[in-house]
Amino acid sequence: MTAPEPFLGVIDRTPVRHHILSVLVENKAGVLARIAGLFARRGFNIYSLAVAPAESNARFSRVTIVVDAESAPLEQIVGQLDKLVNVVAISDLSPKDALERELLLATIKTDVDNRTSLLDTIATAGAAIVDVDTKSVTVMLAATPKGCDDLEKALEAFSEVELHRTGRVALPRLGKTANTY
Amino acid sequence: MELTGAQALIKSLEQQGVDTIFGLPGGAILPVYDPLIDSSIRHILVRHEQGAGHMAEGYALATGRPGVAMVTSGPGATNIVTPIGNAHMDSTPLVVVTGQVASAAIGTDAFQECDITGITMGITKHNFLVKSAQEIPRAVAAAFHLATTGRPGPVLIDVPKDIAQSMMDWWYPSSVDEYDLPGYHPEVALDEDAVARAIALIEESERPVLYVGGGTLKSRASKELLAFAERTKMPVVTTLMARGAFPDSHDQHLGMPGMHGMYGAVTAIQKSDLLISLGARFDDRVTGKIPAFAPHAKIIHVDIDRAEFNKVRFADVAIQSSVAPVLRAWDSASATPRNLDVWWKEIRSWQEHYPLYYEEPAAEGPLRPQHVIEAIGASASPGTIVSSGVGQHQMWASQYWKFEEPGTWINSGGAGTMGFGVPAAIGAKVGRPDRTVWCIDGDGCFQMTAQELVTARAEGIPIKVAILNNAYLGMVRQWQEMFYDERYSEVYLSADLPDYVKWAEAMGCVGLRATNLQQMHEVIKEANTINDVPVVIDFRTDSSEKVFPMVAAGASNDDIQVHPSLKGGAK
Repeated sequence: MTAPEPFLGVIDRTPVRHHILSVLVENKAGVLARIAGLFARRGFNIYSLAVAPAESNARFSRVTIVVDAESAPLEQIVGQLDKLVNVVAISDLSPKDALERELLLATIKTDVDNRTSLLDTIATAGAAIVDVDTKSVTVMLAATPKGCDDLEKALEAFSEVELHRTGRVALPRLGKTANTY
Repeated sequence: MELTGAQALIKSLEQQGVDTIFGLPGGAILPVYDPLIDSSIRHILVRHEQGAGHMAEGYALATGRPGVAMVTSGPGATNIVTPIGNAHMDSTPLVVVTGQVASAAIGTDAFQECDITGITMGITKHNFLVKSAQEIPRAVAAAFHLATTGRPGPVLIDVPKDIAQSMMDWWYPSSVDEYDLPGYHPEVALDEDAVARAIALIEESERPVLYVGGGTLKSRASKELLAFAERTKMPVVTTLMARGAFPDSHDQHLGMPGMHGMYGAVTAIQKSDLLISLGARFDDRVTGKIPAFAPHAKIIHVDIDRAEFNKVRFADVAIQSSVAPVLRAWDSASATPRNLDVWWKEIRSWQEHYPLYYEEPAAEGPLRPQHVIEAIGASASPGTIVSSGVGQHQMWASQYWKFEEPGTWINSGGAGTMGFGVPAAIGAKVGRPDRTVWCIDGDGCFQMTAQELVTARAEGIPIKVAILNNAYLGMVRQWQEMFYDERYSEVYLSADLPDYVKWAEAMGCVGLRATNLQQMHEVIKEANTINDVPVVIDFRTDSSEKVFPMVAAGASNDDIQVHPSLKGGAK
C-alpha cells in the first residue's frame, strides 16, 4: 500500500470551455467570501479571479471570474451566483466574443552570460522593463492570457524568476455584446 | 425619537408584526432582552438554542408567516446552525437574531466570539452583520423581505453588543426601495411564451402526472392546484414537502412519490409521458437513479428559483414563477391533455395490486407502528397538525396520516434532521393554538430534543407526542438488515432506557405507555382528553417492522420493492 500522491495542482490556462463572468457586486464586507464559498460548495472551478472597484462608484465592485464550464453548466453557475443577494448583475462573455487582457510582472536574476538572451526574450514578448539593477530585471507585460503564458514559458529557461499574474479582465469585442442576467 | 439599538431592534420586530420570538439569552444579546420586557411580543424561553430554531420553523410551516428566533453569540449561535441549515434546505422563512461580541472585540477571539455570518454563509439566504444602530431598522425590514419573498429561506442578523447599546434616531423604511438591496429582484414577469409551449406539451400528452413539491405550499397554490387537477383529470403526486397541498382523500391523488412512495405514484411517474413539476426540485429521494427516472417523460418545470432548472433533469419547458399564476394561466387557456381513461385504468391497476400494507398486529403486542398512526389519525379532529422527526416513523406518518389541507404536515425534508419533531410541534402549536398538534416521533429522535417539553409545560403549550418506540435507530437498522447482511452496528437503544413515562412526568407532562392493542386505544383516548399539559405516549412497537415500498438508494424507481407479503400483487 502506498499513500496517494499529494495534489500538486495542474494549471490548464486555456480550458476548453471557459467562460468569462463579469460580476457587479455590492462593495460590502464578505462579498468575495460569498462568491468563493459558493464556487467551493457547488464544485464549480475558478481559473482566475480579478477584483477592483467598479468605475468611480465606491458602492460597487467588479469581479471578473474565468470559470470552467466543464465543471458545471454555465446556466447553473450563473443561476446560483445570481441568488447571492449582494450580486447586482452578471454578464457572461464567451472567449470568442471577448477582448481579454492580463498583467504579468516578473523579476529575473541575470548575469553577463544570460543578459542578452533575457533581453531577447523580453523584446520578443513585447514586455517592458520597469525596474533594473546590476543583478536583476523586472518586466511587465499587459497582454492576452496566451501572450502571458508564452512569456511565462520562455522565462522557464532562467533559473531564478519571481512571477505574478493578476488574472484576466475582459470586455466584449466591438460589435459584440455579453449575455446579461 | 432616540432609542438604543436594542430598543430599535425590538421595535422593528414589532413593526414586522412579529407576535412570538423563540430564544434564549446570554452575554452578547443581553441588551436586546431588556426592552423585550416592555414589548407586546411573546418570548418562549427554550432549553437549548436548537429548540428555538426548530420551534421557529414549526411556527413558520404551520402559519405561513416567518418564524423568529433570538440567541446569543458563540455557542448560542452555533447551536442554532442546524435549524438554519434545515430551514435553508426546506425553504422555510426564518429570521434569526444572534448577539455578537462588541465591534472592537470582533476578530480578537473574544469570549463567546464566533464568526456566525461566516459559518452560516452557505446555509442562509442572506445574512447581515450590523455595523451601526442606525442600520438596525433597515436590516430587520430587509431580513423579513428576503426571508418571505422569492424562494423563502432563513436570514440571520448578527448584532454586536455595543451596537445594541448605542443610540440611534428612530426611523423605519417605508418601502422596498429603502432596503438597500440593489441585487435582489424576486418578482419576475410570467414568460407567456413558455406558458404557451407548456400548454402545447399538455395538449399532446396522454400520460401526464402533476409532480407537486413544497413550492406549491409556499406559493399558497392549493386552490389553483385543485381546480386545475379536477378540470384536467390529471393524476397528482405530492412530495414529502408538499403533503397537504392536495387532499389525500381525493381520488386523483396517488400519494407520495420517491424512495418510500406509493407504488402507484412511483410507477405513474416512471410511465408518464409528461411530468409537470410544480415547485419541486427533482430531489434524489424522489428520482432514485437519475438516468432511469421517468425516462419517457417530457418535463415542464415550474419554479421561482431558476437555478433549479436543468440542475438535475433537463426541462423541456422551464417557467420561472411561483406556482399559482402558472396554473391560473393554464386554466384560463383551458389547457387539456388527451383522453386519460386508458392512463387511469393502468394507474388504478397498480394501486389495486400494490396498496400500502402491513401485517395485522397481535392483540398482545408488539404494536405495529403504522397501525398506531392510523389509530391516532382516526380519532384526531379535522385539521390536526402532525410533526415528525426523521426516520421510519416519519415515512410511516407521511404514508398513513391523511393530510387534507396545507400547513398540517411539519417535517424536516431536505436536511433530515433527527430531533426536529418535538420543538417543531411546539412552534406549530404556538402559531396555531386552535389546532391539535401531534408529534409522531421515534425513540432515537425524541432523545435528541425532548428537553423542550419542559419549555412546552412551562409556557402552557399542550402538544401530544407519540413515540413509536422500537428500541432502535430504526431506519439505520432497516438499511443494515437489507444492505449490510443484518450486521447491526450501533443501532440498539433499548426500549426501557430511558423510562419515557417517568421522563415525561419529570418534565411536567403526562406520561402514558401502551404495549398491547387494548392499551393503545385507551391511551389515545386519554391523550385526546388532555388539553392543558403536554402528553407523551410510549408506544412499544415491533422493531423488525420496515418501511415499504422502498427504492434502494441509487436504484432505479422501476426496481421498487413492495412489502414482502405483496409480492405478485395484493391478495
